[in-house]
Amino acid sequence: MLDEGSTLLRRMEICIAEAEKRSGKTAMSMQETFTVYLVETRLTDAVAEGRSPAPNFLWRRYSEFELLRSYLMVTYPYVVVPPLPEKRAEFVWHKLSADNMDPDFVERRRVGLENFLLRVALHPVLSDDKILHHFLTEEHGWKEVVYETGFQAKADSRLRALNATFRVRNPDKRFLEMKHYSDQLQSNTSQLLRARARVADGLYGVYKVHGNYGRVFSEWSAIEKEMGDGLQSAGHHMDAYAASIDDILEEEEHYADQIKEYLSYSEALRAVCRKHELTQFELEMSSQDLVSKKQQREELATGIVRTFSLKGMTNKLFGQEAPEQREARLRLLEELIAEGEETVREKTAEWREHVEKACVEMQRFKEQTDRDLREALISYAVMQIGMCKKGVQVWSNARECFLKM
Amino acid sequence: QQASAEGASVPTCPSPTVNQYRLDEDEEQLVDADVQDLLISVDEPESHVTTIETFITYRVVTKTTRSDFDCSEYQVHRRYQDFLWLRSRLEESSPTLIVHPLPEKFVVKGLVERFSADFIETRRRALQRFLARVAQHPLLSRSQHLRLFLTAPVGELQPHKKQGAGLLSRMGETVRAVAGSLRGPRSRPEEFTLMHRYLEEFGSKISSVDKISRRISREQREYLEELRRCAPSYSLWAGLEEELAEPLRGVATCVERCCLETEHIQHLTQVLVPVHEYVLGADTAKAVMRRRDVVHADYEVKNEALALQVCGGDSWRRRWAAWRSVLELANSALKEDWCRWQDSRRTDLRSAFLSAADGNIQYYQKCLAVWESFLLSQ
Repeated sequence: MLDEGSTLLRRMEICIAEAEKRSGKTAMSMQETFTVYLVETRLTDAVAEGRSPAPNFLWRRYSEFELLRSYLMVTYPYVVVPPLPEKRAEFVWHKLSADNMDPDFVERRRVGLENFLLRVALHPVLSDDKILHHFLTEEHGWKEVVYETGFQAKADSRLRALNATFRVRNPDKRFLEMKHYSDQLQSNTSQLLRARARVADGLYGVYKVHGNYGRVFSEWSAIEKEMGDGLQSAGHHMDAYAASIDDILEEEEHYADQIKEYLSYSEALRAVCRKHELTQFELEMSSQDLVSKKQQREELATGIVRTFSLKGMTNKLFGQEAPEQREARLRLLEELIAEGEETVREKTAEWREHVEKACVEMQRFKEQTDRDLREALISYAVMQIGMCKKGVQVWSNARECFLKM
Repeated sequence: QQASAEGASVPTCPSPTVNQYRLDEDEEQLVDADVQDLLISVDEPESHVTTIETFITYRVVTKTTRSDFDCSEYQVHRRYQDFLWLRSRLEESSPTLIVHPLPEKFVVKGLVERFSADFIETRRRALQRFLARVAQHPLLSRSQHLRLFLTAPVGELQPHKKQGAGLLSRMGETVRAVAGSLRGPRSRPEEFTLMHRYLEEFGSKISSVDKISRRISREQREYLEELRRCAPSYSLWAGLEEELAEPLRGVATCVERCCLETEHIQHLTQVLVPVHEYVLGADTAKAVMRRRDVVHADYEVKNEALALQVCGGDSWRRRWAAWRSVLELANSALKEDWCRWQDSRRTDLRSAFLSAADGNIQYYQKCLAVWESFLLSQ
């Protein structure tokens, strides 16, 4: 049993250790190559007790992660579900490959998937989920178990509902603000990612051209007597300078991934707000429906027609119906009203539960965002400092060589 | 901005944007001031607008202790054309000496626009470097043309400029003859052949270095443009956040400051102008080599003609001796000048590369400080 506030991560170490290529046949019997990721888990209690059990491990592919996430989103609609790393490489700058099989991409995806699992395992609500536990511990048959939950049907209807256009009568201010924030977050992070990719491109160009100095200095040193040594060694430093950009930009890619995560998060946030609108809309609809049914009952009972209805018109034109028919209709209406009241109760509960839980969740999410992004910005500054220090060093070395010329 | 043809006008040129990365003026004094008895500086560019044209004049200040100068100090105003005239006269009167190049007449691609403050400043420095090298040269600094250039008041230089064509143009025919014969002198001394070969290689290498520097400058410009677009992205986002606003704004400021530093580093193209001068210099040296070849070929031709003559005796010997000494004089002058040229080449290039390295070091140090101060604030 988990304590309040404790999460899966307290009990279990999780990591994605490796990635491997596999071949297989698709549903349509076509040959395909895909990557699988090694999910390793180890019970921390066991480690603490001095036992060192072998870690449990299994292989999962990206589509299985997607399935898990879909399930979580449908099952916990008030939770801002952590995003998966991007399906395809976006915001690519020229050196980065957009190929899903590229080893750098696969490595970054491995890190992203691990990050996803860690975030889920750390979440106060999600970490309790049985399907999640199953995902982490049993390789085979997991897919069937997920489908058995019947979430797929909910997913489909949810998708339909989320895509539908509807208007809510009294929108909750908190959710409106959150939705507005998520829109802004999305546009700001994508703009930043685009700008950063172009800057990376530009910087790459500057550094790499310096490599040409290396080549020419080396050739030139061959025809010089006194200047030869200085030129030759300066050339080596220029080569080192040109080569250093690869590592620098690879590090920066991790920073970009952190920003990308929050770009994806904005979608999850929007989904929570949308779900709220949906529950509220359904509540409003069912309330309205109940009101109109009660009105119909009143009219039927009193014979006073307050609202226009086709029945009322035909009654007027063709005469009133027989009392037995009226009785039957009244009874039907009563049943419908009873059902309607039950529906309204359900919808209200659903709506209220979502509002309460979502507000807690949004608060938690905001705090997490502030923490994570602040750290990302700090690590970016650290990266820049590292880059500048390397720059000072290389050019100081080159300067020493020029002195010898 | 208006000026009379005499050039008496108020200095109106915009001051250059070149800043802390500029070469120390002292570095441009190539020789110790105590040893130098002829010090020349070029400054105060002034714009002149006439009905026909617009041009810039520069003030040339000379301080000297030499006896062949009447006064110890002179101030004149000269325009680029006047420098061209001086250089061509120097080349003509000493065809086998290597004369330092002048900045190019037209704007070189990839550098700044004509009449911009940076262009004028770059040109001014190059003109000063040229005169400094000439003043330093034991032979060239004695030239009457140089004296005229440095001392003649405005108006008096014009008539001299109109004088007839010099030795070089007369040489032109012989050069063409030699070129036409597709060979140099039959017995070119080994050392000169080595110099030829060296100049070919050096010319090509220094030209590559020059092109690479231009390309880097272009790439940096593109990088700077993209970097400029980054800062607003952070600021915009900061406006949306509460807790995150402060670090986001901090990063925006850092990026802006780094943009400023990157702008400054653009001015490093100034520092690498001497590299370009040696592209020109290599060509000049090659031309000098060819002219020596002409003198040599000339001597060979005369020698052969003389050997075919039947009469001998003193007059024959005297004429042969005279031609021989012309060649030997030319050769030894060139060899001396070659050493001089190699020395200045080494000094100039070394100093240019050092300045470039310094510029880069300062750039990275400044950016480092910017980001470190951000980290401290967090």
